[in-house]
Amino acid sequence: MTQATAMAAIAEPQVTTHAEAGVLVVALAGAWTARTARRAEAALDAALRDTISANRVRFTGEEMAALDTVGSWLIIRRGRSLEAQGAEVAHQDFSPPHAALLDQIAATPMETAPPRAKIPLLLRPFDALGRAVAGTGSGLVEAQAVQGRILAAFGAILAFRGKMRVSAFVNQFEAIVYRAVPIVVLLSLVVGAIVTQQSILQLRNFGAAIFVVDLAAILMLREIGLLLAAIMVAGRSGSAITAELGSMRMREEIDALRVMGVDPYQALILPRVLALVLGLPLLAFLGAIAGLAGAAIVSQVYGGIGYEVFLDRLQGALSVQSLLVGLVKAPVMAFIIGLIATNEGFKVSGSSESLGRHTTASVVKSIFAVIVADGLFAVFFTLIGV
Amino acid sequence: MDTGENDIILELDGLKVGFGDRMVIDGLDLAVRRGEVLGVIGPSGSGKSVTLRAIIGLLPKRGGTVRIDGADMDDLPRNARRAIERRWGVLFQQGALFSSLSVLENVEFPMREHLDLPPALRREIARLKIALVGLGPESHDLRPSELSGGMIKRAALARALALDPEILFLDEPTAGLDPIGAARFDELVRTLADTLGLTVYMVTHDLDSLVAVCDRIAALKGGKLLQVGPLADMLASDDPWLRDYFHGPRARHLEFERNGK
Repeated sequence: MTQATAMAAIAEPQVTTHAEAGVLVVALAGAWTARTARRAEAALDAALRDTISANRVRFTGEEMAALDTVGSWLIIRRGRSLEAQGAEVAHQDFSPPHAALLDQIAATPMETAPPRAKIPLLLRPFDALGRAVAGTGSGLVEAQAVQGRILAAFGAILAFRGKMRVSAFVNQFEAIVYRAVPIVVLLSLVVGAIVTQQSILQLRNFGAAIFVVDLAAILMLREIGLLLAAIMVAGRSGSAITAELGSMRMREEIDALRVMGVDPYQALILPRVLALVLGLPLLAFLGAIAGLAGAAIVSQVYGGIGYEVFLDRLQGALSVQSLLVGLVKAPVMAFIIGLIATNEGFKVSGSSESLGRHTTASVVKSIFAVIVADGLFAVFFTLIGV
Repeated sequence: MDTGENDIILELDGLKVGFGDRMVIDGLDLAVRRGEVLGVIGPSGSGKSVTLRAIIGLLPKRGGTVRIDGADMDDLPRNARRAIERRWGVLFQQGALFSSLSVLENVEFPMREHLDLPPALRREIARLKIALVGLGPESHDLRPSELSGGMIKRAALARALALDPEILFLDEPTAGLDPIGAARFDELVRTLADTLGLTVYMVTHDLDSLVAVCDRIAALKGGKLLQVGPLADMLASDDPWLRDYFHGPRARHLEFERNGK
């Protein structure tokens, strides 16, 4: 940009008015561009505020240094408001490019879209609540449909009507189960240690610190091992499944599978769900063992309970029942995680925002559902006296 | 009329497809002859892609019949349907290659699903198909995210051709390709159609493709078939949309070609 044009672009916009043979002449000077628009608008308002309304108005632009669409719009808009008051408006003495631009802007139709009906502010919480409830209802129905498709795909495999995709299953098992082992073990170790430490501090008041072994055994095997593993799996694999399915949907890969005569449920979803259902009990067991190890360490360090004493007491406290309770719950929770992850994955629409939202929803909903299911199981086991 | 006209491979009879209370396709009748390259055009939103998706079973239809080789798709048992699905190949607009597989694995995929070939032979056939569409061996191990737009379309075409289909469905194959790439793709489709005896159903906006490759052109408007016939019929049509399409400013080279030929 040459120095002249650079200076022209920021020249102060000015408006001067004078009357001439019954016509109000409004002379515009300086730069009327986006950068000077605020000052230009103010200058225009100031200059025309005090004038008596004239019948004929003429805008002239001999001294106009620069003009762009924003400046043109300011001039046209003011001209239209003057016309609305009954004046006759004309443009004169603008340089040809400026005049052409003014004509172009004047000719552009400016329609605003009809205002969308907005719900009154007080009703909005009710509206949101209603939509959430209705959405939950249809969400449950969809989840049932997905569940049906998964079970149908599993049935087809069992009846030899579909291909058992072993390599896909092994691949998913490695990703969902094998790679989760370190973190599940570490987490359970730490949580086991924390719970045990607090329990010892309290039980000491009754001189019953040794009972911490029983507490640890039952808690780890029945509840904590499984819950931590399930939460970790929901976070790792639930989100991965949703994101994979969602982005495959966005790229039409699921459609491509279908037109090739491949059932996406058999090819994609069943290997993942099977890996979850078979793998979560294993992870829960490993987690429980790790939790007990954490408990043993803390008992030794804080409670003065030696390892031999710990193990001895543990043998008495452990029962197959505790183990089985944990292991029976695991496949159900795994299926819930798989179902929710799949459902959310298929809900992903074209935008990346949608992908993020449903991945988040998948993790949050599965963790919520897993904990609720745990609660229901607790009630159930109490009722049957287990 | 010559006998080729009576050999209909795909027939749409009163096809109706809709969403909610909106009928996008309302009574479409179309017959595709065996061995021809049919270009399907229409204004945006006229339902070209919707028709394609309804034919290949991705969208449910509300009425009408789709007949492949005289067999009504709705009446077929599952195995017969699968057999028919094996006889067509689909090229989606964005390619829809499986993003976790390499190009070679993508092309092998349909063969793995439907054919019982020894693995070494399967790989060789896949390499053959990839070479057939003009991609070199350096592309075999690349992932779809590592390919250019033209390469993605070609790889997707190779996958669509993997099972030696009889009908090839192409959804805007030259969209987004540079003129040279698009011309090469047109040439490829024409060559393959001639040498492999393919019937091609091509949804397109590309005037050059229509001129260079298509035997007949079907124009959709208002959810129905507006006109079907060779390019000369389209050029001679009185319909305002067709006049705009074939004689508008972007079609000026068509005029030159016609006058210059």
